[in-house]
Amino acid sequence: MARQRAAVLGVGQTHHRSKRTDVTMAGLCREAIDRALEDAGMTFADIDAVVLGKAPDLFEGVMMPELMLADALGAVGKPLLRVHTAGSVGGSTANVAASLVHGGEHARVLAVAFEKQSESNAMWALSISVPFHMPVGAGAGGYFAPHVRSYIRRSGAPSHIGALVAVKDRRNGAKNQYAHLRQSDITLESVQASAMLWDPIRYDETCPSSDGACAIVLGDEATALGRTAAWLHATAMRTEPTTFAGRDQVNPQAGRDAAAALWRDAGITDPLSQVDVAEIYVPFSWFEPMWLENLGFAEEGQGWKLTEAGETEMGGRLAVNPSGGVLSSNPIGASGMLRFGEAAMQVMGRAGEHQVDGARIALGHAYGGGSQYFSMWVVGSEQP
Amino acid sequence: MTDVAIVSFAQAPNVRATHGTTNGVEMLVPILRTALDQVGLSKKDIGFWCSGSSDYLAGRAFSFISAVDAIGAFPPIHESHVEADAAWALFEAWVKIRTGEADTALVYGFGKSSAGQLRRVMAMQLDPYTVGPLWPDAVSIAGLQARLGLDAGLWTERDMAEVAARSRGANPDAQIHEQVSADELLTRPYFANPLRKHDCAPVTDGASVVVLARTDRAKDLCDRPARITSIQHRVESAHLTTRDLLSSPSTVAAAKAANTDGVTLAELHAPFSHQEILLRQALGLGDEVRINPSGGALAGNPMFAAGLSRIGEAATRIGAGERAVAHATSGPALQQNLVCVLEAD
Repeated sequence: MARQRAAVLGVGQTHHRSKRTDVTMAGLCREAIDRALEDAGMTFADIDAVVLGKAPDLFEGVMMPELMLADALGAVGKPLLRVHTAGSVGGSTANVAASLVHGGEHARVLAVAFEKQSESNAMWALSISVPFHMPVGAGAGGYFAPHVRSYIRRSGAPSHIGALVAVKDRRNGAKNQYAHLRQSDITLESVQASAMLWDPIRYDETCPSSDGACAIVLGDEATALGRTAAWLHATAMRTEPTTFAGRDQVNPQAGRDAAAALWRDAGITDPLSQVDVAEIYVPFSWFEPMWLENLGFAEEGQGWKLTEAGETEMGGRLAVNPSGGVLSSNPIGASGMLRFGEAAMQVMGRAGEHQVDGARIALGHAYGGGSQYFSMWVVGSEQP
Repeated sequence: MTDVAIVSFAQAPNVRATHGTTNGVEMLVPILRTALDQVGLSKKDIGFWCSGSSDYLAGRAFSFISAVDAIGAFPPIHESHVEADAAWALFEAWVKIRTGEADTALVYGFGKSSAGQLRRVMAMQLDPYTVGPLWPDAVSIAGLQARLGLDAGLWTERDMAEVAARSRGANPDAQIHEQVSADELLTRPYFANPLRKHDCAPVTDGASVVVLARTDRAKDLCDRPARITSIQHRVESAHLTTRDLLSSPSTVAAAKAANTDGVTLAELHAPFSHQEILLRQALGLGDEVRINPSGGALAGNPMFAAGLSRIGEAATRIGAGERAVAHATSGPALQQNLVCVLEAD
């Protein structure tokens, strides 16, 4: 039997904050789930299975928290699957939920992703030494800064490109009622005046640490017909090792392979012309031009020119991160799903103040680990 | 929907402790090779990879990322990971083949329990706000469940000892192997009353690998593929005090949905002797069914691989024309259960 069609029917998310001490992990997930079910016009009774994703369990200090969250997730008596693929996990979780529909296993699936960083200390959780690897000891920023420096050297990009991305994403975030950082008054000058954290990455060019959750309701064709839906046109996931001789960490092969498979399966031959909105995982500003190239929106070394020309702003050729992106909200395990969810909201016309006019085709993108895990989907307002 | 079969199974020696790292690479490299060689495939032939493991068992974040080194994942691979027993990774891979996105899949799980104190580590699965701070460890929770069943007359200490005696005598290649009678086991001291040591799965370092293929390809790859007719799994409430701990409703529901009628071989993932009795009742397995010819988890329990190993063991041991059920569990006191039904032509 052929692959079954699948569609997003509802998206929900929490208000993302540095510390959501007003709710437990269960309460945090439930806030996103309740909004997603309402958006889909459904209740728990309509859901056949639940997929939960989050980044390392050490971030909250609970081993396999989906087990203790089974009741809050509405999963009791149903199948519950837990996904963990590093920072890409929110996207991978949505893709796994989609495959349950594509494979004909379930008709309606609830995908949930969360991170409650205030429960623990992410820096501690990430600082446990790995056998046979050089310890980084500088957090994610220290790890990725050399990649950014290498990108600038290779592409010859002018030094203000990163700050341009930060200004755009934070201003977009100001239009998003759920965003953690809402900075409508941010300027190029203020970003460039902020402290240098990991040269060349400045404080205002980094993502925050957030508590937050996202939930997506997916359904099969029979459920989606006649409703407002974001139809899945393609999904893709690729993985490569963290380190090996000759690895290109600036423009990783796994990302290029995933994008090539994604565009092929979605029938897209010219992504820059055919895609209206791209929600790209940009935890540090410079990753916008880097991923624009990795994804095939621009030739290698040319991505920064799209950013500099304002083409990635709302109203540009390709609106990138109208939600405000990871730079405005970063509940790590949910950050990927927020990208996937925003892509769906855009083609469903439900993005409110950050809606891109006439969005019909949108990309959701996430990456994780040492730029080695990639997950993506393309959704459209029409059936594929 | 596309039919899928198990074509290869390999497992690392189940041992009390290995000298390797907690990322599983040293255990995985040889058995990935074995599992592929048995069916004449190379890593380039695998359409989808999926693994199961736990960061908490490994004692650090992202432990599964290093496990990818065991594959040599370049050119990049289509891959996913579950933070659960790899039986759930097999479920994900089975679905992936049925979507038509892959013809073959390789599933692996690994766990180095010797890195910590397993029963304490497992207490980290409990509600961190109200239960976890009391540190009820995994053996103690299982002991409470065993006591409930004893008091309800569902099993006796002799029934439990008979399960343990059969398991310990079943498999000369297992981590635990001894020919011993239930009478003798009943003379041994309590470990966590009413559990004796032999009522509890041993602490094991180990890993296992299963290769899946579409059935139309499977026949070219091995003599007797084990066709997967269904996989079902369910979870129960997290609240121990509100759960029915004596009938495993999640197993009952999964088995009903999977249709386990007519099975004559069962590999059950029961880390405690009374849980095997509970699972046999939940699955409705009669005396005609061979139970755990591998020795089961009581003879070797590599965390996050033991459930996958049950599926692999059942696939390896199934006879022509036979129907088998393999089971995997996760969470405190059988909170989550998976049932996989296999057939061989």
